[in-house]
Parts: sequence; structure tokens; C-alpha cells
Amino acid sequence: MSQKKPEKLIDEKGIRYDGRKLDEMRPVKIEVGILSNADGSAYIEQGKNRILAAVYGPREIHPKHQALPDRAALRCRYHMAPFSVQERKSPAPSRRELEISKVMREALEPSVFTEYYPRTAIDLFVEVLQADGGTRCAGITVASLALADAGIPMRDLVAACAAGKVEDHLVLDLNDVEDKSSDGADMPIAYMPSLNAVTLLQMDGMLTPEEFEQVLTMGIEGCKQIGQLQKEALKAKYTVVKEGEAEKGEEAEEEAKE
Amino acid sequence: MPVFYENRQLVTPGDLLAENDYINGENTYREDGKIYATRVGLFNHEDKRVYVVALKSFYIPMVGDTIIGRVLEVTLGGWIVNIRAPYVAMLRASDALERPVRPQKDDLPSLFDVGDMMIAKIVAYDRTRDPLLTVLERGLGKVTRGQILEITPTKIPRVIGKKGSMITMIKNETGCQIMIGQNGRIVIIGKTPEDEHSAIMAIRMIEQEAHTTGLTDRVTEMLRKMKGEKTTKEVVENVPKET
Repeated sequence: MSQKKPEKLIDEKGIRYDGRKLDEMRPVKIEVGILSNADGSAYIEQGKNRILAAVYGPREIHPKHQALPDRAALRCRYHMAPFSVQERKSPAPSRRELEISKVMREALEPSVFTEYYPRTAIDLFVEVLQADGGTRCAGITVASLALADAGIPMRDLVAACAAGKVEDHLVLDLNDVEDKSSDGADMPIAYMPSLNAVTLLQMDGMLTPEEFEQVLTMGIEGCKQIGQLQKEALKAKYTVVKEGEAEKGEEAEEEAKE
Repeated sequence: MPVFYENRQLVTPGDLLAENDYINGENTYREDGKIYATRVGLFNHEDKRVYVVALKSFYIPMVGDTIIGRVLEVTLGGWIVNIRAPYVAMLRASDALERPVRPQKDDLPSLFDVGDMMIAKIVAYDRTRDPLLTVLERGLGKVTRGQILEITPTKIPRVIGKKGSMITMIKNETGCQIMIGQNGRIVIIGKTPEDEHSAIMAIRMIEQEAHTTGLTDRVTEMLRKMKGEKTTKEVVENVPKET
């Protein structure tokens, strides 16, 4: 399924080659608590991206010398599966993956009350099963949900979304092809909606100061949308459980009447 | 001034719960006079106190808690014990022997070996030190028989019930001896495996339906029903033998 690059990514009407409007996100599907071995877990599908996140901890830290005397160490591993891209990706962590692990940790750490659990480790694993651009953003979004699912106290959920420039149009949530187009710009943003705080801001490409402002506002709007979906996904896990029980309860009552 | 949620409503981390005049209780934090949730849980407010009952959490040691631990390692001066917390606990030999320890003569593995379960109390713990245990009080010591059950620590208060109503009821209905550790481990010792099984079923039911009301009555009902089924089954089984 080799992707053929279309001649024009955005047509005259401002519709992108995959049918989206300029400020439209890819469809997002999120599930929380899908791994039983992990303390917390989540899964996201954002367009063609498929990403799993698992959290363990807070737990004892090994090796011991990594322990921090005043807070928990948040250890993050971002990894792409060898089959996640067209050309086989070597499973060994690449320079790019190490960097993304680091920026992810730094994007999530402000949201976690690490100071509550000194000398422990919170281990976070983000596994990209299928990549189609914007995986660090989708990765931060799921990782934050996995942390919440593990019952780790947090200031806020962290939602992330990219915005940028493609063929002189400012667009939201770039996919792989758009990201790789020449003379564009890509700006991943991570954001805590309730606190109105940006925790990650990167950019490559060129933007004028005015465009930068616009892209930032657009990206933050995207993050707010993602944040809403995160909350729904988190609540969905427990409402399903609750409804199941309500039925059980009713059955029990009915049986009791009989 | 306002509170933004109703009692028992589901909230997620970062949800704004209340403003200004309220006091932030458990699983919440305060910033610029605003109170936010820190965990997924059920919102509650009593008078001026706002808190969240977490649906999932882990055990954090507290001095004075009775916990159920598993021995991980026997060292020269004591034991290293898993207490289902982010920290491993230490039980020193002097806190298990009630007399000075003679390293050459005392055989520590004979008291507690790797894998043994114990009921212990936390005597010391703070941010800088791992928890320290003792087994020298009444009701503490090695668990020699029975079954161990693990549940989320936040649901322990529900298993105990108001003034112990729930747990007393389960004990009376099943005839089991039940010891609850604050860390979410429960020891059940019954006269027969069936008794233990029904006690486990009851606790599992409480864990599942912790947030519903009228639970004690429903659990009682379930236990009585299980007992009823058992007796009728016995009757059915006995009939062919007699004929």
C-alpha cells in the first residue's frame, strides 16, 4: 500500500487531500484500561495512528541510583514497532525515539504529583503500532490517560495536538504526508485544558510571527477538543462498569421478589 | 462560591470542583482559590469540605495501619516485606522476637521464610524512610492457614462498613474468621472451603458494587441464598443414597 503523494495537498476550496477541512482533526477513538497486567493503560486511534500506552507504579525504583530524594522519577519510553511504518524500523531505540521519550516525559511531568511519592519510579511505556504523523502528540494524549487510569494523582490531563502550515495554508493535526511536504511547518503542542498551561511546544519549518500566533491558537483549540475526548473516554470505562452493575442489581432485586 | 458537581458524580483529574470558600479534601488540590480533582472518582461535599472518592488507587503506608505483608527476603537482621505499596517494608528481628537477637543462634527463616504472609503493624514511616513493621502486638504474626484476597485499597472502608457492620455481618453469615489489612489484602479462615468461598464472593461483590447503596442488605441476601442453595443441594444429593 505505497502512498502516492498527491499533486496538491489542499485544493482551491480549502479541502485537504484526505477530505478534511483546514481546521479539522482526524477522527479519534480512545479506550482506557485495556491491558490487565499494567496498573494503567490506554489505546488511541487518531486517523491511521494506533498507539498503546501502559503505566506501572509508583513502584520501587531499580537501579536504585536513579531514585530522586524528593519526588518520583517518571521514566518514559516511546517506541515504534518495527511494523509501524512502510519500511521496517529497527526495533532498537533510535536517536529520534530517545528524544521523543524525553520531550514526552517533560510534557507529562508537570501534570503528575511526583512529589507525593519520593524515591519511587513511575514507568510509562508508549508503543506505536502504526504511525501516520503526529505520533508524539497522540502518544502524550494516551500516556496521560494511562496515568489517570493507574490512579496516579494528577493536576490535569494533558492533551496534545499538532498544527502547522501546508502549501501556504494553516492547518490542524498534520498527517504524515502533510508533515513531509516541503516549505511547510509543523508545531506539536501539549496543553493542560483546565489550567490553561502549555507543557510542550516544538516547531520545525518556518512561520512568520503572525502565523505563529495563529497556529498556536489553532493548536490549543485542537488540544481542547482532544481534552474533551479524553474525559469522555475515561468516564466511559467506569460508566460501563456502573451500568453493568445496575442491571445486576435490578436482576437481584427481581429475583428477590420472586 | 459555587460547587460545580453533584454528590456522587463521576469526575476526572483536572475537573474544577469548587471555588473560594471550600476546603479541599482527599484527591483534590487547590490553586488560586479553585479546587480541582486529582483522580478519577466520585465527587462528594460535606459542608465546606470537598473531596473525591477515588475509584482506583494504590496503598500508601500510614503509621499505625495494620497490613498484610509477604516476605521477600530474609536478611541477617530481619526481613524485607512486600506490603503492596511503592515502598518495601522492613521487619527487624528485634520487632519479632521480644528479646535481644543473637545472630548466631536465632534462626530467622524458621520464624518467617520467603513467601510467608504476615499480619503486621506499621510503626514508623515518612517520606525519607521505608516503612518499619512490628508483629509484637495482639492479633499480629504469621498467617498459617486460610486464603488471601486482594482488592483496591480504597474499597477497604466499604468492606468494613459503618462501625464494622459489613464485616461483622459477613463473619456471622459465613462463620469465617476475617482479617483485613489496610493495604487491600484480606485473610479469610473458614471451617470449610465452601465457607471461605462464600466470604470471598461477598467481598468480591462489595468491591464491584462499592459505590451503590443498600449494599449490606444485598450481600446478606446473596450469602443467605448461597447457603440455601447449598443445603438444598445436599438434600438432593442425599436422596439417592438413602433409597
